[in-house]
Amino acid sequence: MNDFPVLTTLGVLPFAGALVVAALPRGRELLAKQIALAVTLVMLALTVAMALAFEPNAAEPFQFVEKTPWIEQFGINYAVGVDGIALVLIALAVSLAPVVILAGWNDADDNERHRPQTYFALLLALLGCIVYVFAATDLFLFYVAFEVMLVPVYFLIGMFGRGQRTYAAVKFLLYSLFGGLLLLAALIGLYVVSVRELGTGTFDWTLLAGMPIDPDTQKILFAGFFFAFAIKAPMVPLHTWLPDAAASATPATSTLLVGVLDKVATFAMLRLVIPIFPDASEWAAPFVVTLAVISIVYGALVAIGQTDMYRLIAYTSVSHFGFIILGIFAFTEIGGSGSVVYMVAHGLSTAALFIVAGYLVKRRGSSLIPSFGGVQRVAPILAGFFLFAGLASLAMPGMASFVGELTVLIGSYQRWPVAAAIAVIGIVLSSLYVLIMYQRVATGPATENVKGMRDVFPRELVAFAPIIALTIAVGVFPKPVFDVVNPAIERTYSFLNVEPVEPDVPDVDALTEYGVTEGEGTE
Amino acid sequence: MTAAAAARWSEGGGQMIAEATGVFSLTWLLIALPLFGAAVLLLGGRRTNSFGPVLATLLVGLSFVLGFVLFVQMLGHSAEERAFDQSLFAWAPIGDFSVDVGFQLDPLSMAFVLLVTFVGGLVHVYSLGYMADDPDKRRFFAYLNLFVASMLLLVLASSYVLVYVGWEGVGLASYLLIGFWNAKPEYATAAKKAFVMNRVGDIGMSLAIMLMVTTFGTTAFSGVFAGASEASSGVLLALGLLLLLAATGKSAQMPLQAWLGDAMAGPTPVSALIHAATMVTAGVYLIVRSNPIFDLSDGARLAVVLVGVLTLLFGAFVGTAKDDIKKALAASTMSQIGYMVLAAGLGPAGYAFAILHLMTHGFFKAGLFLGAGSVMHGMDDDVNMRRYGALRKAMPITFVTFGAGYLAIIGIPPFAGFFSKDKIIEAALTDNIWVGLAAILGAGITAFYMSRVMFMTFFGEKRWAKDAHPHESPGSMTIPMVLLAVGSVVLGAALVIGGRFVSWLEPVVGSAEEHEFAIPPLAITAIIVTVSLVGVAIAYAMYLRRPIPLEAPTGSVLTRAAREDFYQDAFNESLFMLPGQYLTRFLVFFDNRVVDGFVNGSAAMVGGGSARLRRWQTGFVRSYALSMLAGAVLVVGALVLVRL
Amino acid sequence: MNPENYLYLATILFAIGSVGVLVRRNAIVVFMCIELMLNASNLAFVSFARLNGNIDGQVVAFFVMVVAAAEVVIGLAIIVTIFRTRRSASVDDPNLLKL
Repeated sequence: MNDFPVLTTLGVLPFAGALVVAALPRGRELLAKQIALAVTLVMLALTVAMALAFEPNAAEPFQFVEKTPWIEQFGINYAVGVDGIALVLIALAVSLAPVVILAGWNDADDNERHRPQTYFALLLALLGCIVYVFAATDLFLFYVAFEVMLVPVYFLIGMFGRGQRTYAAVKFLLYSLFGGLLLLAALIGLYVVSVRELGTGTFDWTLLAGMPIDPDTQKILFAGFFFAFAIKAPMVPLHTWLPDAAASATPATSTLLVGVLDKVATFAMLRLVIPIFPDASEWAAPFVVTLAVISIVYGALVAIGQTDMYRLIAYTSVSHFGFIILGIFAFTEIGGSGSVVYMVAHGLSTAALFIVAGYLVKRRGSSLIPSFGGVQRVAPILAGFFLFAGLASLAMPGMASFVGELTVLIGSYQRWPVAAAIAVIGIVLSSLYVLIMYQRVATGPATENVKGMRDVFPRELVAFAPIIALTIAVGVFPKPVFDVVNPAIERTYSFLNVEPVEPDVPDVDALTEYGVTEGEGTE
Repeated sequence: MTAAAAARWSEGGGQMIAEATGVFSLTWLLIALPLFGAAVLLLGGRRTNSFGPVLATLLVGLSFVLGFVLFVQMLGHSAEERAFDQSLFAWAPIGDFSVDVGFQLDPLSMAFVLLVTFVGGLVHVYSLGYMADDPDKRRFFAYLNLFVASMLLLVLASSYVLVYVGWEGVGLASYLLIGFWNAKPEYATAAKKAFVMNRVGDIGMSLAIMLMVTTFGTTAFSGVFAGASEASSGVLLALGLLLLLAATGKSAQMPLQAWLGDAMAGPTPVSALIHAATMVTAGVYLIVRSNPIFDLSDGARLAVVLVGVLTLLFGAFVGTAKDDIKKALAASTMSQIGYMVLAAGLGPAGYAFAILHLMTHGFFKAGLFLGAGSVMHGMDDDVNMRRYGALRKAMPITFVTFGAGYLAIIGIPPFAGFFSKDKIIEAALTDNIWVGLAAILGAGITAFYMSRVMFMTFFGEKRWAKDAHPHESPGSMTIPMVLLAVGSVVLGAALVIGGRFVSWLEPVVGSAEEHEFAIPPLAITAIIVTVSLVGVAIAYAMYLRRPIPLEAPTGSVLTRAAREDFYQDAFNESLFMLPGQYLTRFLVFFDNRVVDGFVNGSAAMVGGGSARLRRWQTGFVRSYALSMLAGAVLVVGALVLVRL
Repeated sequence: MNPENYLYLATILFAIGSVGVLVRRNAIVVFMCIELMLNASNLAFVSFARLNGNIDGQVVAFFVMVVAAAEVVIGLAIIVTIFRTRRSASVDDPNLLKL
């Protein structure tokens, strides 16, 4: 296993699959879907094997490392490897891939201009980019994957979307390219700094992390990196591309886009921003935390007011991403590990919501909430799935999102009590947007709109079951995830100079100075 | 005394908590049994339609049997050795911080286990009859099982995080069951309202957990309680108030009381189990369980007492005006929980009495609700008491069992409620004369409105709807009612005489010194009973001597206000809902027009600028050539200039 | 002879060529003027090579000739095609470059 280039295989396999699928002639649609599904299942098996062989407490930062010179003149390597965070996120992406392919089995069939082959080829290509983004340990490779990723998404929305798909696709592309441009500029700046500091220019993470950079330069470079990731994350006020993209894309695309691809941003904050610009991160943390809290409350409030299911889900994600970023910039182990679990949980809950919403929209032909009503009367299992997805989104205990939300809140309270206390409002707002949507869609008497609506097909059931299983598994027993993530988070925060957070009353003996107040209130 | 209570915890955690061994290592099974039932019924689908409800009932029964076995085993240990801790697995270990999934079985949780599984089991049996014709019966039983499992998790948890898990679990079950008949839009709204208001309370729970981790580095009871005496008084006050906020949400106390009345939309067995006997008392459990924190903060205890007094009067007044039998009982529940919260706020003097009243209330109120359900069953689900009357002949068993519950709640000796309420009022009088007087007043009003319910339903003349044919309910429904009625009669005496229950709970909640009060206890008892009898007498004069109109008379300002729950919904709507709706509407507008408008605006600006620039491109080759030449000359000129 | 004179000649030729490009309308003539400019620069390259005593300028001159030859082939082809369709070789007519 150790000599086998598992990450390269994981990264190249979907591209190869995409080529094969795209080359299939008209009339072989079923084969295309089967090949796509098979590719993702093979990837899943590989990822499981990789996760089993992963050693959480290894001394070196990355495992399954591969490194080959690529453009030697600029010190660019083809370098891949995973730490705990990357492993967990790759596992998330690869687990969701077969699910979305199965759930979106017929999404592209009634497209009059483009073949399903193209659709599944694009999905596979996107998956390949995602693997590379998470696995790259060379910043140049990361950047290439980060930008190439836009291409399949652009076509997935533009060719296979609905409604204002061209507008949405172009908006997504321009927003992302704008961020990408700033990232590129900052990356070149970082390269120049590395020439000055290290003698030779490099894009190697292991050399760049912790490299001394003078404070002003650091702040400028930080801004370039952070801006790009704030767009991708998306943070208020750079979020407006997401609702449009989600409303226009197919559920499978939205799932990969919001559930996985946007995690690249929060992942990069942990992987790149904090270790490479630790001082600037500390400097900017109050600002970032403020934005995160605004995202949480603002996203949730706007979600409550939406009438389109897809847009609503997109806005809930804005709120959830606020939580993730809050956890990351809490600079506490609890907050950091919590935010990674939150990323996984959000991937699962968003996938659940988009997929069920997709089932509903497919049947009804509209994604507007008022065009439903009383679904529970005609399709109880579908309504049950919908409720489950909603509960996963509002962080019901026993589900993965609860673990993430609670730990993020605890961790951020340790450092930013006020921000965390405001963020708690999010738990009330989340129950509002989920339950109002559920009430309008599923409860009440069966309306004319939903008469004759079919309950879930076996294929849809099979596609949804793994999400339920994973959500509950991570919610009930998240320890394996924490075990993998904790050392990586610890390493990430070790670049910072922040004071570690200690409980006020660590143990009873050590705190005689509190003795003054003791008993005063009790006599 | 409270300092001593604190000392118990600072010495490595007051009660000796032993590793759960032997039969106590089966504690987890208490929860797992009903949880398994819920899973089977939900995942099994229609295949389990035939045997599902019975299976669910059996599993809760098994849970009760196991609980009883554990109880007997626990009796065999000495008082200090009755706490057992079972740690199952690490849930979220991050660095030094860790949340373990673990259970703590001690006298307090034992009492709850018995209450929840016993009443829960009876309600399951009752539902077999009550829901016999419902096509979704299986789903109903699945939710009931889910509720029992969550409630047991809540009371057995050994850390606040796990309490929170159970806390949300019962909230979810409550949501699902209130909205069980959500084909009616207003029922769906009621369910949503309950869930959202509970979530407002959960803010308190979340913040308390966050503050605990920051202060103590843990949320385990043992760690928090051991460190409590070292924490600053500000932290303790904050913790107390936050936990109180959580309790007000779950226990429908002011200011988060508005959901309980609407929650009566759920099937009546649900109202009996969740919204009377068990879930709504979780707030009281939380306060009593957190006694080391409340012991150390006078301010927090004062707030608890205030909430309790206000709610007990609020609920009592509302109860006098309701014509819907379930809503009248719901108001009564609110009021009775007010008593418990009040007692819990009295500190060590009241904790045990709070739980005592909780136990007796669990029996008699569940009995009353099941009786109400039986009446509704016989009256074609009519809930308006103005169309009842003279039902004692038609439903003798229901009448007798309901009557037992009625006598218990108004505190007639020797029924159960007498013992528990009497103790609370005594303790309140000792603490503060005004609080005590308010509690006595509450007792009088309680007697009034319960007599009103009793008289309007079972006495007087028939005011039935034309097609009503009241009949006694089947055995599956009456047997649980009879059992609960027996509890309503004997439970108070059984628990109080000899101070059994107080000494049972003492290892957990501590005990207070006996205070000598100016008036002897017997005199107080006499006063309370007299006040109650006055209440009964007024009700007799108003509702039995005089005929009851089918349409409710307009009534005084106070009556109308009470009928509208003192405009609580209007208050919440105008203060929170409407501004919230305007805010969301404004933000949606803001997002679409301003934030997105800025983005689209800058795109349009770029587009417009390009359109201007395009005019330069005339299409004439020679003008292009000229501009090229000019450019070349410029470049060369610049180069020459620089060189010079 | 003073090699600088070749530079003056090149300058004059370049000026004539550029004026021709700007004022003449016939595409063929414009084209010839471009050739004139190219050859003027060739002359300058060769002169500089001679002046500086190294061969680089001469090498570049060959490149320019190759480019010029290639340009002639493509340019004439375009002009002929335009002439065929429009019956005119005026550069002012085909403002097709504008959308």
